[in-house]
Amino acid sequence: MRPLTEEETKAVFEKLANYIGKNLVHLIDRDEDDAYCFRLHKDRVYYLPLPMLHYATSVARPNLISLGTCFGKFSKTGKFKLGITCLDWLAKYAKYKVWIKPSGELPFLYGNHVAKAHLGRITEDTPEHQGVVVYNMADVPLGFGVTARSTIDTRKLDPTGIIVFHQADVGEFLRDEDTMF
Amino acid sequence: MGRRAKNKQGDVKPLPGSIPDKSSTSRRQQAKKKKAPSTPNDQKKFKAQKGSLGRKPLPAHRRKKVDEVDEDDSDLDEALQPGELSEDEEETVKVKSVKKGKKPASSDEESEERSGPVKQLEFSDSEGEDEDLNDDGESLPLGQHAFDLDEAPSDEDDEELGDEFDLGSDEDDEMLDNEFDEDDEEDAEVDSAFASEDEDTEMAPAAEEDEDEDEDNIQTNLEDDLEETYTLPAVDRGGEEEEIEHGTSLREVEQRMRWLVGVCLGKDDKMSKGVPGKSRSDHLLQLQHDIATYFGYNTFLVGKLMKLFPADEALAFFESNESPRPVTIRANTLRTRRRDLAQALINRGVTLEPIGKWSKVGLQVFESQVPIGATPEYLAGHYMLQAASSFLPVIALSPQPNERVLDMASAPGGKTTYISALLQNTGIIFANDSNKLRTKSLTANIHRMGCKNVIVSNYDAREFPKVIGGFDRVLLDAPCSGTGVISKDASVKVNKTERDFQLLAHLQKQLILCAIDSVNPNSATGGYVVYSTCSVTVDENESVVDYALRKRPNVKLVETGLEFGVEGFKSFEGKNFNPSVSLTRRFYPHKHNMDGFFVAKFKVEKRKKGGKAAAAAAEEEEEQKPTMKLNDEGMVVEEEVGDVSRFEDEEDQALIEESKRKALKKKGIKVSSKPVASKVNTKDEKDTSNGQIKVPKSKKMTEKRRSKA
Repeated sequence: MRPLTEEETKAVFEKLANYIGKNLVHLIDRDEDDAYCFRLHKDRVYYLPLPMLHYATSVARPNLISLGTCFGKFSKTGKFKLGITCLDWLAKYAKYKVWIKPSGELPFLYGNHVAKAHLGRITEDTPEHQGVVVYNMADVPLGFGVTARSTIDTRKLDPTGIIVFHQADVGEFLRDEDTMF
Repeated sequence: MGRRAKNKQGDVKPLPGSIPDKSSTSRRQQAKKKKAPSTPNDQKKFKAQKGSLGRKPLPAHRRKKVDEVDEDDSDLDEALQPGELSEDEEETVKVKSVKKGKKPASSDEESEERSGPVKQLEFSDSEGEDEDLNDDGESLPLGQHAFDLDEAPSDEDDEELGDEFDLGSDEDDEMLDNEFDEDDEEDAEVDSAFASEDEDTEMAPAAEEDEDEDEDNIQTNLEDDLEETYTLPAVDRGGEEEEIEHGTSLREVEQRMRWLVGVCLGKDDKMSKGVPGKSRSDHLLQLQHDIATYFGYNTFLVGKLMKLFPADEALAFFESNESPRPVTIRANTLRTRRRDLAQALINRGVTLEPIGKWSKVGLQVFESQVPIGATPEYLAGHYMLQAASSFLPVIALSPQPNERVLDMASAPGGKTTYISALLQNTGIIFANDSNKLRTKSLTANIHRMGCKNVIVSNYDAREFPKVIGGFDRVLLDAPCSGTGVISKDASVKVNKTERDFQLLAHLQKQLILCAIDSVNPNSATGGYVVYSTCSVTVDENESVVDYALRKRPNVKLVETGLEFGVEGFKSFEGKNFNPSVSLTRRFYPHKHNMDGFFVAKFKVEKRKKGGKAAAAAAEEEEEQKPTMKLNDEGMVVEEEVGDVSRFEDEEDQALIEESKRKALKKKGIKVSSKPVASKVNTKDEKDTSNGQIKVPKSKKMTEKRRSKA
């Protein structure tokens, strides 16, 4: 477990900024008594409260499995990939959101892109290739992805056209439980 | 309706209105009497046997039954009276006459029959029409009667009847058939006479009758004269394991098993007569073997579990292990509320209900059209599939916000995430599991449920106070034999041996000490350890708790805070545990409809310092020494204890004191190790006084025991 290097920090923040934009500040600058920090452990980036950090130091590196919230992992080539486990934080600070109809819930949870037919609502003025958090109509976050079209362009799209490219969904908790950690 | 109603009606006195009506039924009664004289009566007789549970006074019953039928008829008439009398009567008579026609035809088959409820189906397939008629003839009055009771006799009734009559008797039959679909066993049995001819033709009527009676006996819990039928083969073999009892079917084993339960209970004089010349333990041994054979356990495990219960409860326990426990889920209060979750799931076609008053987050799932472990709500972490029993240790632990909690064996995370929910994501949880593979699902569950305050580690839990200690609360859900969750994992039935239990108990004793040592006794809000297992054996539960109490003088048992459950055993098989063990709670599948479970809650107090503590500890040790010896070696040691107390030398005393001091030091109680002269003196005084106390005490104990023996 160690703090992120500058490069790593940049990679992580770039990804996060794609979803939560300026709200990223809220992750970093927090109240004194509620301070959080990013730590790297076994290629994975964890976001944890500071007091926890101190306690976690007493756990030896090989025995430490996870702490706080896992945000994602670095690939061997040094790229950062956000994992579904960070959904809580993303959903909390998301700028652009997409809601999908009940009929579209399961297809999305099986790892498919969001088609226009399943689109329930979308934040206005969402630009193209913008990271969005996907909710169902009951406001339960289901995953996140990247818009294929801007909000205006979606109106012209036919019902089978893809609106959001799938990146991660909560179905991974079942599908990829073994490889997740 | 059906059978129950009929049986009930047998006892009910005829309605006041029905009595005067009897005269009007005379025709029909006569018609009835005209029926082939032997067979219907025979049938009635069997009916009486089947229907009435206490079948001692047979003739009386027979008579009563006939009366009943008459009453029934009168009821019918009564019901029909408001309508067109003549037509009604004609109709019923017609039905009867059909019946009449049918029954004599089958009278020769009458003697060979009674094939039991199984054949009921067969019959209804092959001779549906006839059955209808029969049923009709016999149950029509009943149904009518019920109508009468339910809805006050009205025009509607009449109208209905009238319609039916217009349509003819077939319609009528069908209507009634629906009503009496699950019809009386008696009827079925009588009916099956006609269906089962081919199977039973070989059997002589007498033998038939016997068998019938036999079956009856099972149904009525084996009332009489069965002693001759049963032997105790396992006892005859000297209690050794056999492969398969040759020449006995599983069914026979079951019969014998149930009979043995009655014998072993000995409540009922009639049933408590066992095989003459065999002792109670012989019967118990046979029962053990029969249970093992019937349910597929190894004999050792059955023996172990049978010691926990009286015979009938033991059987209930083994039986309940064959059926799955209800599916329960826990609403994750970090993400949702139970009401919202229930609503969301109901919308998905799940039938559920709150689990009970004792839990505010539990829901019991009755049936579901969707896989309950893969709904969007599940994936979004709104609930956790979790056995009801695994709520209990967390409820007992009752973690408070901002505490630091250790879960020593946490995978797959049901309890950990519950703790986290109770902490409202404050404080810190250390979730440890010794199996690295299982930590994957643990971590995934923790993230899915949105627990942000958890550190997952992969240590052998025995390392724990060394890794990090000073927790406010520790939950030890110890690895165990799983004798409480046999319904989930049936492999326990055969793969556990004496050695496994020893090893597990040893591991659990190590773990519980580690758990106690990991707690910060100075904690302002906490200082609690909860020990739980999903096992019901005493070696893994009370023994371990008692061991912990003996080894750690600064620990005491407290109330678990659970509203239900059975008290732990204070003594078992001659071992006497600390009396406070009664504060622990046991849960059984047959009593609480949840997995077999055990929960104990300890409060860890500050260690006392100096000589006072030493004295207290020494005293405690004295008290506990005899029991400890007993635990380990049984009766022989009593003498030894006495001997030790008799051999009292100055030298011995010094040595004993020295070793005591060492033992205390190991436990971490500070004793001034290098005895200063003055201190030694005071100590010696204390010690000698202790020693003086000790002699009479232990003697007293031995005396007591001897007198008891």
